[in-house]
Amino acid sequence: MANVHLRKLNIELGGKAIIRDLDLEVEPGEFVVLLGPSGCGKSTLLHSIAGLVEMASGAIEIGGRDMSEADPSERGIGMVFQSYALYPTMTVEANMSFGLRIAGTPKAEIRRRVARAAGMLQLDALLGRKPAQLSGGQRQRVAIGRALVREARVFLFDEPLSNLDAKLRAELRRELKLLHQALGSTMIYVTHDQVEAMTLASRIVVMEKGRIQQIGTPAEVYERPANRFVAGFLGAPAMNFIDGMLDAAGRFQGGAIGLALPAGTAGRATGPAVLGVRPEHVAIRADGPLRGTVALVEPMGNHQVVWLRCGADTLGALVHDARVFAPGDEVGFAIDAARVSLFDPRGGARL
Amino acid sequence: MTPPIRQPALERPGVPPSLPPSLPHPLPALPSQPVRTRTRRRRPTPARIGIYAFLATAALFFLLPLYVMIVTSFKPMIEIRQGGILALPQAFTLEPWRQAWSGVCTGAACEGIRGGFWNSVRITVPSTVLAILAGAVNGYALSFWRPRGAGLLFGILLAGAFVPVQVMIYPLVRVMALAGIFGSLPAIVLVHLIFGMPVMTLLFRNYYAGVPHELFQAARIDGGGFWRIFLQVMLPMSLPVIVVAAIMQVTGVWNDYILGLVFAGRDNLPMTVELNNVINTTTGTRLYNVNMAATILTALLPLALYFFSGRWFVRGIAAGAVKG
Repeated sequence: MANVHLRKLNIELGGKAIIRDLDLEVEPGEFVVLLGPSGCGKSTLLHSIAGLVEMASGAIEIGGRDMSEADPSERGIGMVFQSYALYPTMTVEANMSFGLRIAGTPKAEIRRRVARAAGMLQLDALLGRKPAQLSGGQRQRVAIGRALVREARVFLFDEPLSNLDAKLRAELRRELKLLHQALGSTMIYVTHDQVEAMTLASRIVVMEKGRIQQIGTPAEVYERPANRFVAGFLGAPAMNFIDGMLDAAGRFQGGAIGLALPAGTAGRATGPAVLGVRPEHVAIRADGPLRGTVALVEPMGNHQVVWLRCGADTLGALVHDARVFAPGDEVGFAIDAARVSLFDPRGGARL
Repeated sequence: MTPPIRQPALERPGVPPSLPPSLPHPLPALPSQPVRTRTRRRRPTPARIGIYAFLATAALFFLLPLYVMIVTSFKPMIEIRQGGILALPQAFTLEPWRQAWSGVCTGAACEGIRGGFWNSVRITVPSTVLAILAGAVNGYALSFWRPRGAGLLFGILLAGAFVPVQVMIYPLVRVMALAGIFGSLPAIVLVHLIFGMPVMTLLFRNYYAGVPHELFQAARIDGGGFWRIFLQVMLPMSLPVIVVAAIMQVTGVWNDYILGLVFAGRDNLPMTVELNNVINTTTGTRLYNVNMAATILTALLPLALYFFSGRWFVRGIAAGAVKG
């Protein structure tokens, strides 16, 4: 267990700024997920913590010690890669113990640690196999085991589940969460999958274009997105955005959609604004004050997504009961005004 | 030729596509139809006959000289003088082979080309091993450590592959003479090493370019340094490309004539030079059977190499093509 502090980090690759003036504090035992679209610099950030990418300026502190110039092997980290990165000519056991053998750890200690990691990850029966003889899920378990065996103070995960099929991904995701609960180690996890971020993280760091957009618990980031980018990136189906005006009485009017906001929702802002409504906060009911036309219905098994056309806007609504809608139906709906977000149309910051 | 029979589409009407695969299938399985287009013997079509005719002609074209060489090498000289170049030997004899190996005159000495054979072995083994090692280290460093100016360095090295050997001979002779190793085994090995370097480096660089960079990073985190990652991680997984490199370098060095003639010195002349001496000896009659036997002996090693490692060769080239 160790903390990780990044201060004023700048990273350039081929003369292009990838990370700009980034500050981040990861507390001991936290599970921090770096979330963002591809190309946002989250992987580069993780690689710089590992010491695999040189930084232009700034400082990296791990466990209270400045590691800005330290070799990757000296940073007390274990890393798991998307492509597993197992040594193809070595057995599972040799893969896991490679680092310890380089460090000159006594044989008995190596055996003890490998046995412990293998037991935690159900790899006991596979220790003699080569990576080519393993399935994708088993390979990623071995890669996690290799990090475990190092008894790292910080674990770094670089999209570890992206190469697995959906079922295995969910399975290994749960295993990772259990592993974090059992070990209590600091973990930093990079992904572009919001489900992984929401389910695993104790805190989510949403990134775009080399900058942190928001840091918060999954609930905070989901309920009170700091800007329009975060609001649109998290949640599926995505948040509905409606352009409109906000008047001094606290009423929002955009196209055919008018909504009285509870006092204090948007501070004292007036003028142009973007209303953000999550699909689960759009309720279709006959007595709803707003009216729309059903444009499309997407059945999802345990729920359905109904797309409503209301004036020039199209809104997604989640329906959790078995009501049947057909395109063209006229329905009434209501927006839960207490749960909406408002954004500045210029810049997209939360109002 | 009838057009290939298409299998009926596999989708079955009435089954929703979202049905979980674990549920028992509501419809009985269709009786499995043998896929006839795959297993049925093809009747020869005009195109196929044409292809085989072409292949047979091409094979004949290349095999006929080899056939002539082999039958001639087993005939006594009298039989050869009678003509009948394609005839099988009537008085089968191994004498030309014995002579070619250990009796024929190569210039002044008359000890056969066996000396040349061993010289070629002595030149080829270090030239191959060292060139592969150096090429592997080069390719590894260029692919993974990416030192400053690596691209430029690689470009220069590649350009070296396009410079004709003849241009370099005289400068190299001067350099070797200055270093005091001209006309020796180290000189000829060094020359082969230099001329093999561009291709060896290119081979390994391309192979390692196909290895995920994350593998290297994982080894770095595990604490591996330059040589440990090379020797324990990268080299063991390079077997396919090592085989390809070895075949290329062995054949190149073994078949070389001009470099061996210039740099090896009188005591280390390779087999190709000795063979030339045998065949161009102008004293007495031309011993065609001995010449043929000596030629086959000289060509035997690369021939055997391709014969036994052909599959590896193709596999290595293909692996490089897919990954690189």
